[in-house]
Amino acid sequence: MLRSIDLMARSQSLVTNARGEYAILSRADREALQAGRLTSEHARFHDLLALGMIERPGGGGVGLEAAAERTRKAFLLDGPALHIFVVTLRCDHACGYCQVSRAATGAEGFDMSWDDARAAIDRVFEAPAQALTVEFQGGEPALRFDLIERIVLEIEQLNEIHRRNIRFSLVSTLHHLGHDELAFCRDHQIHISTSIDGPAPLHDRQRPNPTHDSFARTVESLARARAVVGHEGVAAMPTLTRAAMADPKAVIDVYRELGFASIFLRPISPYGFARKTRRAIGYDMGAFVAFYNQALQYLLELNRRGEPMVETYASILLRHIMTPFGSGYVDLRSPAGAGLGVLVYNYDGQVYPADEARMAAESGDRRFTLGTVHQSFETLMSSPAMRWLATGAVAEQLPGCRDCAFVPFCGADPVYHAAAHGDPIGDRATSDFCTKHMGLFQILFGHLAEGDPETLRTFTAWAFNRARDEVIDAGYVPQ
Amino acid sequence: MTLGLALHTHGKISGVDGVRILKLLDDDEWAASPLPSHQRARFVDDGWIGGDHDEVRLSAPRDARVIAAGDVVRLREGSSMVSVVWRRGARTNSLFATERCNSLCLMCSQPPRDEDDSWRVSELLATIPLIDKSEEQLGVTGGEPTLLGDGLTAVLERCGQELPDTGLHVLTNGRNFKDATAAATWIRAGGERTTWAVPLYADVPDIHDEVVVAPGAFDETLDGLYELACNGAQVEIRVVLHKLTIARLPQLAAFIYRRLPFVTHIALMGLEPMGFAKGNRDRLWIDPVDYLAELTTAVFHLANRGMAVSIYNLPLCVLPKTLWPFARQSISEWKNSYPAECAPCVVKDHCAGFFASAGPAWRSRAVRPLQYEDLSHEMA
Ligand code: SF4
Ligand code: SF4
Repeated sequence: MLRSIDLMARSQSLVTNARGEYAILSRADREALQAGRLTSEHARFHDLLALGMIERPGGGGVGLEAAAERTRKAFLLDGPALHIFVVTLRCDHACGYCQVSRAATGAEGFDMSWDDARAAIDRVFEAPAQALTVEFQGGEPALRFDLIERIVLEIEQLNEIHRRNIRFSLVSTLHHLGHDELAFCRDHQIHISTSIDGPAPLHDRQRPNPTHDSFARTVESLARARAVVGHEGVAAMPTLTRAAMADPKAVIDVYRELGFASIFLRPISPYGFARKTRRAIGYDMGAFVAFYNQALQYLLELNRRGEPMVETYASILLRHIMTPFGSGYVDLRSPAGAGLGVLVYNYDGQVYPADEARMAAESGDRRFTLGTVHQSFETLMSSPAMRWLATGAVAEQLPGCRDCAFVPFCGADPVYHAAAHGDPIGDRATSDFCTKHMGLFQILFGHLAEGDPETLRTFTAWAFNRARDEVIDAGYVPQ
Repeated sequence: MTLGLALHTHGKISGVDGVRILKLLDDDEWAASPLPSHQRARFVDDGWIGGDHDEVRLSAPRDARVIAAGDVVRLREGSSMVSVVWRRGARTNSLFATERCNSLCLMCSQPPRDEDDSWRVSELLATIPLIDKSEEQLGVTGGEPTLLGDGLTAVLERCGQELPDTGLHVLTNGRNFKDATAAATWIRAGGERTTWAVPLYADVPDIHDEVVVAPGAFDETLDGLYELACNGAQVEIRVVLHKLTIARLPQLAAFIYRRLPFVTHIALMGLEPMGFAKGNRDRLWIDPVDYLAELTTAVFHLANRGMAVSIYNLPLCVLPKTLWPFARQSISEWKNSYPAECAPCVVKDHCAGFFASAGPAWRSRAVRPLQYEDLSHEMA
C-alpha cells in the first residue's frame, strides 16, 4: 500500500510504503506513479521498482519484503520493556506544570510502601521482555532514595535467576543526591536524568523551590553528580513552556554551556496542570512546531560548525525514517507503547499504562487504571482499561493515520487521545499529537529533500548514534 | 609468497593410474604423517616419491617454484601436468567445484563449460583430508557449486569432518537456494563456519539479469537470499564494479541495507580482465577514477549503518584517502602483479595492485606512484 503527502516547504511529495521506505518525487511524478502512468523510460522508474512501489512482474524477493515488514515490528514480541516506579509524590519544587503529580515534602500517604514495591518487582519479571528498563520517578524520587536502593538490590538479586538485561534510570532534580546516593547510582549503573528548563530566570520562575535558587542548585548538583557518576552519566531535559517558545537559542545555549551533548525538545505534557494554568504556560502545538523548526536550524548550524549537539527526538524520528528497524521507542510506535511497552507503578499501588495515564487519573479520570500491583501481569494486561486503550493503539488502522504517508515512522498515542478527546482513537484534525508529528516529519523530510550534505551528515550521525566526525561522508541518502 | 606464481607446471611423472591426489611432505612431516601412504609423497634425491609402494614419481618440474612441501598436487595418468590444488601459505586457496553454471555473466573470469564434470566431487573429497588442518579459510568456487547438488553437500560435510576449524567461503549465485529444501541441506552441511558469497549487481531485475545474462536470475537470487537468511546462514554480497553496475550502486547499497540487513559483509570489487570480460570490454569498462562518486556514496551509506564493507581489486592511488580504510589486498597471489611504474610507490605493500591479466587498456589513467608527501598532505 502506497501513501503520499505533499511536502509543505517544497514543491515535492513524499511517497512511503508499508516497510517505511520512501521516495521524494515531484508532484507530477507522484501523480503519474499513483495513476500507474510512470513508465520504464522515466528517470525514477528504477528507484520505484526497487522499492516495490511499482510492481515487478517476476515476483521474487517477496519473502525479503515480508521479512522487512516484520523487522519493523520486531519490538512487539518483547512486551513491556519500561517499568516506571513512582516511589513518592512528594517534592520540594512546586512547578506550575506539575500540579497534579506532586505533594508537599511533609505530606503523608504519598510514598510507595515496600509491600507495593515488592509486588511491582514481581510484575517487572513477569513481563516477557529480555531487555528491561526500570525507571524511578516522582515527585522527587530522591526523597525516598532508601526505597530506591532497596528496590534496586532486590531486583539485582532476583535477576541472578531471571538473567534479564536490566537498566536503571532515575528522574531527579539532583538537589537531594549526596555523595553516597550518587555512588550508589554509579555502582549500580543507574542513569540519571534531570530537568533544566532554560536560562536561570526562566528555570527559577517555572521551577520554584523553597529557597528560590533551583537553577543554581541544579548546576551545583550537576557538577557534584558528574564528579561521581561521570560526565555521560547525567542527561537533562527541558520542560518547554510558553515562555521558552520565544527563544530556542537561549534554551539550547544553556545546555551547551553546561556541557550536555544532547537536548530533548518535547512540548509540555497537557495532563499535568489545571486548565487555567494551561492558559498561562501552555501553547498551541503549532507554536511548538515553529519553535522546533528554529531550534533544529540552530542545532544544525552548530553541528556544521563542528559542535556535535544532538536533538534526541529528531534522532528517534530519523532512526524510524533511515533504518529498516523499529526503534521500539515507547512513546512513538505502533502498536502503541501504552501497556504494551510501559507499565507505571504508582506510589499508591495503582498500575497505569503510561505516565500520562497516571496524570490523567490523578486529575480524576479513573478509566486509565489497569489495576493494582498485587494483580498478576496477565490480569493487568487484559484489564478493561487495557482493552479500551488497545482500540486506539494501531496507527495503521486509525482514521487519518491510515492514509498518512508518515505513519510508518509515527505511532499511536491512545492515552493522549483518550484524555484529550475522550476516546483512544481520537480525531487527528484536532490532535496535538498529530499536529506535532505532522510538523516534525514535514521539517525533517524537508531537510532530506533539500539534501544539504552537512545536514545529511548530522542526520546520519544522529540516526545511527555516531560521533559526527566519525561520519566522514553522509553517503547515499535516498531521495 | 611469490606474486604471479602459477598453479600449474609440467614435469616428469610416472606410476599414476587414472588420477592421483598427493600431499607433498618434507621428511619430518612425512614420517609423522597420519595420512595413508597412498596419498603422500616425500622428496628423495631429485624428485618426489609417493604411494603405497613408492610407485609414483614426480621430478624435473619446469618451474620448480610452483610445487613445495605442504602443497597438494593432482597428477593424471598420461599427462605431464602437475596442478597445485592447494598451496600451503597462500593468501587464498579454493576448491574448484565445477565448470558448469546456470548464469553467463558478461564479466565472468572463468567462463563456464557445459560438460558433466561430476567426477570433480570424488577428487575434492580426496583432496580435503590432505589440506593442512591449520588452514584458516578455504574457498569453494566454480562455475556454480550448487549444480553439484548432493555432491556439494558431501564436499561441505567432508570439510566439516576433516577441517573443523577452517572457515569456508562459497561463491554461489544463490539462485538454486530458492529451493527451500536444497538450501536447508547445503546450509546445514556448511555449518556455522561457512560464508555464502552471493553476487548482486543491481536493485532491479533488468540490470542484474542483463549482467548475468539469465532472465529471472534476480528474482531467484533474492528468493535464495531469503532462504539463506531464514536458515541463519552467513551471507556476503559481492558486487563487481563496471559500467552496468555503477549507475545504481548507491541505490543497491540502500537496497542491501533495507532488504538484506542480515548480510555480514559487502565486497565491492574492481573488474578482473579475464575470460568474458575481455570480449565485453566496450560494455563494461569504465575507468575507476570516473566512478569514485558512486563508490564513495555507496561505501559510506553502508559503513555509516554499521555494515562491513570492503573494496577489492582497486589500486590505492586511484582511490580517495577516505576510502583507503576499506581497500583490501584482495587479489590471489598467483594472479597478482604490480607494473613497473609501481616500484617507487610508498604504499605498494598495502595496495591491491593489479590482476596480472590487466594490460594497459584495463588500467586507470589515475595510476601513479605515491610519495610520502602525498600521504601527509591530505591525511592532515
Ligand atoms: S498521528 Fe498524524 S502524523 Fe502521525 S501517522 Fe497519524 S496522521 Fe500521520
Ligand atoms: S602506484 Fe601501484 S602500488 Fe602504488 S597505489 Fe598505484 S597501483 Fe598501488
